Amino acid sequence: MCLAIPMQVVAIQGGSDELLDPQVALVESDGIRKEIRLEMADRVPAVGEYVIIHAGFAIRTLTEEEAEYNLSLMRRMAEVLEQEGRLPGAPE
Amino acid sequence: MKCVDAFRSREITAPLVEEIARVLTRPVRIMEVCGTHTMSIFRHGIRSLLPEGITLLSGPGCPVCVTPAGHIDAFLAAARLPQVTIATFGDLIRVPGSEGSLAEARAQGARVEIVYSPMDALTLARQQPERTVLFAAIGFETTAPTIAATILQAERLGVDNFLIITALKTMPQALEALLADPELRIDGLLCPGHVSAIIGSDAYQPFAERHRLACAVAGFEPADILAGLLGLIRQISEEQPRVDNCYTRAVSAAGNIKAQRLIDTVFEPVDSEWRGLGPIPGSGLALRDAYQRFDAIKRLSLCVPPAHDPKGCRCGEILKGRLLPPQCSLYGTACTPLRPIGPCMVSNEGTCAAYFRYSGHKGRQDGQTTSFR
Amino acid sequence: MKADAIISLDHGSGGLASQNLISGLFLKYLTSPQLRDLEDCAVLGEYAGRIAFSTDSYVVDPLFFPGGDIGALAVHGTINDLAMRGARPIALSLALIIEEGFPVTDLERIIASVGRCSEQAGVAVVTGDTKVVPRGKADGLFINTTGIGIASHRHDISGKKGLPGDAVILSGTLADHGITIMSRQAGIDIGGDIASDTQPLHRLVGAVLEGDAGLVHVLRDPTRGGLATSLCEIAWASGVSITIEEDRLPIRPAVNTACEMIGLDPLYLANEGKCIILCDQDGAEDILQLIRRLPEGRDAALIGWVGEGSSGRVSLTTRIGGSRLLEPLTGQPLPRIC
Repeated sequence: MCLAIPMQVVAIQGGSDELLDPQVALVESDGIRKEIRLEMADRVPAVGEYVIIHAGFAIRTLTEEEAEYNLSLMRRMAEVLEQEGRLPGAPE
Repeated sequence: MKCVDAFRSREITAPLVEEIARVLTRPVRIMEVCGTHTMSIFRHGIRSLLPEGITLLSGPGCPVCVTPAGHIDAFLAAARLPQVTIATFGDLIRVPGSEGSLAEARAQGARVEIVYSPMDALTLARQQPERTVLFAAIGFETTAPTIAATILQAERLGVDNFLIITALKTMPQALEALLADPELRIDGLLCPGHVSAIIGSDAYQPFAERHRLACAVAGFEPADILAGLLGLIRQISEEQPRVDNCYTRAVSAAGNIKAQRLIDTVFEPVDSEWRGLGPIPGSGLALRDAYQRFDAIKRLSLCVPPAHDPKGCRCGEILKGRLLPPQCSLYGTACTPLRPIGPCMVSNEGTCAAYFRYSGHKGRQDGQTTSFR
Repeated sequence: MKADAIISLDHGSGGLASQNLISGLFLKYLTSPQLRDLEDCAVLGEYAGRIAFSTDSYVVDPLFFPGGDIGALAVHGTINDLAMRGARPIALSLALIIEEGFPVTDLERIIASVGRCSEQAGVAVVTGDTKVVPRGKADGLFINTTGIGIASHRHDISGKKGLPGDAVILSGTLADHGITIMSRQAGIDIGGDIASDTQPLHRLVGAVLEGDAGLVHVLRDPTRGGLATSLCEIAWASGVSITIEEDRLPIRPAVNTACEMIGLDPLYLANEGKCIILCDQDGAEDILQLIRRLPEGRDAALIGWVGEGSSGRVSLTTRIGGSRLLEPLTGQPLPRIC
C-alpha cells in the first residue's frame, strides 16, 4: 500500500545470510511494528532514519532533515509572495 | 514523525488554499493519475475547498481499474484449478471479469488469500509446498520492483510452487497515449507520488516540453496535494509549463536506480491492453526469458481471453477524463458499489466509486462547494 | 471430567458425553441457579416494564485476540444491543455450534471467558444449548446469545428519534476492535497498545438514563460497518442530516497508524464497547461529563451535531476544513493497495 507517512527504523535485523536471513528493517510508529524488506531501498537506512513504504518494501530512505525540508518548502509556498516566480527551493 | 501532523494541519493547508484561489485566473482542468491521489483528495474533502474553476479529473492511475477483464478471467480460471491458491492485493478481489469476481469464486470454494506484500505470497508458497500459489501481479512502477525482488528471492530459494500472472503496467506510455488524444483537454498533470519516486521527476519532462503541459509531482498528504495544485496553477497562469517536484522527500529527478534495475532484471517492456483505453505499445511488463518458469500462464496452460467490456460500460471514457460518472447510463442504476459492473465502481479509488460518495450533494452549502467537478 | 483432547460428535448428542461436558465444563464457569437446574427452559419471574429481546450470533475469526475472545464478544454484544434501547439486561441464553475436533482447552477458555464477563456484567447465562457438527461443517465454533431485558416506560430510545440540533457524542476511541482483528491478518505486530474494546455498556447507559428527562434520543453501538455506517442508519431512520468533525474523533495514535499501514478507514471499522448518543444539545455537556467519569466512557467526546436539514445524509468536516459525505459500508472493508 502507498504509505505516505515515513516510518522510523528502530532496528535492522538479519543479514547473516542473503538467502535465508535477508536484511530487513523493523519500523515502528506509536507502538506498531512491522518488518520491511530492503531490496529496493535507494540506500539501506540507519537506525533512527525513516523509510517510505509500499507493499511491505522500503522504496526510499530519508533522514528527518530531508522530511523537514519538504515541510519548510510548503511553508514558504504558503506565505504570500511579493514576487512572482518559481517555487522556492530545488529538488535534491 | 511529529512533522507528519503538520502535513495535515490547517495552519499549512489554509494558506495554500487561499493562494490557489488568489492565483487562479481562468478555469483549468487538471488530471491526476494516481489512485492514492484520488483517495486522498476524496478523503480530505479537498474538492470542497478548491475555488470554482478548477476541474479535477481522475485518470487511469488505479491498477485495479485498468486490468482488462481477460486477465481477471485468467485469475478466475486459475482459482478453479485444484491445489491452486490465488494470492492477491485486496482491491482486486471484487473486480468483475466476464463471469464474476475472485470474491465470488472464494464463496464458491476457491482458495483466495489477500496479501499485503508479494513476499507474503512467497511465504505462503513455502508454507504449503503441496499447493501452487499464484500471485496476481497488478500494479505500476512502484509495485513492479517488489514483485521483481520476490521473484529473485523465489529463484534463490529454489521455490517451484510460486507463480505469477503479470498484469503490470508502466505510466509514461499511457500518459503519452492519453495526451495524444485531441479530445482530452487538460492544462495540468498532477503526477503520481510513488511511481515518481521510482521513475524520477525527469520522466515527465517530455510532457511539459512537447505537450506544453504543466506538471507537478505531489505526495499524498493534503498539504502535498495542495502544494502540487498550487504549483500547477502558477505554471498555467505564467504560461510556463515545466515539471515541479513538490515531493522532494520521496522523489528525485532520476528516481530510484536500484528499483529500476530490479524491474529491468526480471521484466521487459511489452505491449499491453488497458481496460477502457485499449492497447498501448510498450506499456506493460512481462517476465524475461530467464524467469519464464514463474509465468503461470505457461506453467498452468492458462489463456488470457480477449474479453469484452460489459454492454453499456463506459469506464474507458471515464478513465480518459472524457465523461463524468453520471453521464454513464449504468451509473447508480445497474452499476453501484454493491453491484459494480466496471472497475471504476469496484475499486475505492475508481472515479465512479469516489463520485458515488458525493452523489446527492449538490451546490454550495455555507460557502463551501461540495459538488463534484 | 475426563480431559478429552477434542470435542466429538458424542458431546452434542445428549448422551453421557454431553452431560459430562455440561457438568464438567459449562457448569464449572456458568453458575446461575437456573442454569444448574438444567431444565428445558429458564423461568425468569415477574418484572414491571416492557420486555426487550435481542439476539446475535458470533463467528469471529480469530477466536482469541488481544483484549478478548469470542466468548466476551458474545456476552457484551447482546447486553449492548439491549442497552441501546435503554433496556436493563436481565438474562442471557448461550447456544454453541461446535465443529467436531475443536480442542477442549479452547472451549474451556471461551466458556471461562463467558462466565467471567457475565459475572462482571451482572447478567447471568440462564439457559443454553450445545450442538456438535461433523468436521468441515462449521468453522471451529459459532456462538449465539439471546438476551432479555426490561425497558422502562419512561424512555423511548430508538434510531428514529434523532432531532435537528441534537448533539452527537461518542463514548470513546474509534476502531479498536476492528483494527485488532484486521492487523492479525496483515501480519502487523500491534504491540500492547491496541486491543479490542469489548465491554458491556449497560451501566453507562443506566447512568445516563437514570436522571434523564427525555433529553437522550438515540443510542447506537457502532459495531460492524463502524461509526460511519451507524450514523448513516440513524440519519436515514430519523430523517435528519448529521455532520461530524474529524478533529473531534477520539482515536488512539496506534490505531490510526495501523489503519494507515493496512489502508483501512477507521470510520468503517467495528467497535465493540462504544456507543453513539444523540441528545438534546442543552443536556449534552452534562451527559458528556457524566460519561467521562465512568470507566467505560473515559475518552468520550462530542463529535458533531444534527443539522437543520432532512437529507438523511452524514457529512464529515475533515481536518483541513474540507467536507465529504459518508456513505454506509458496502461489503467488507477492503484493504487498499495503491
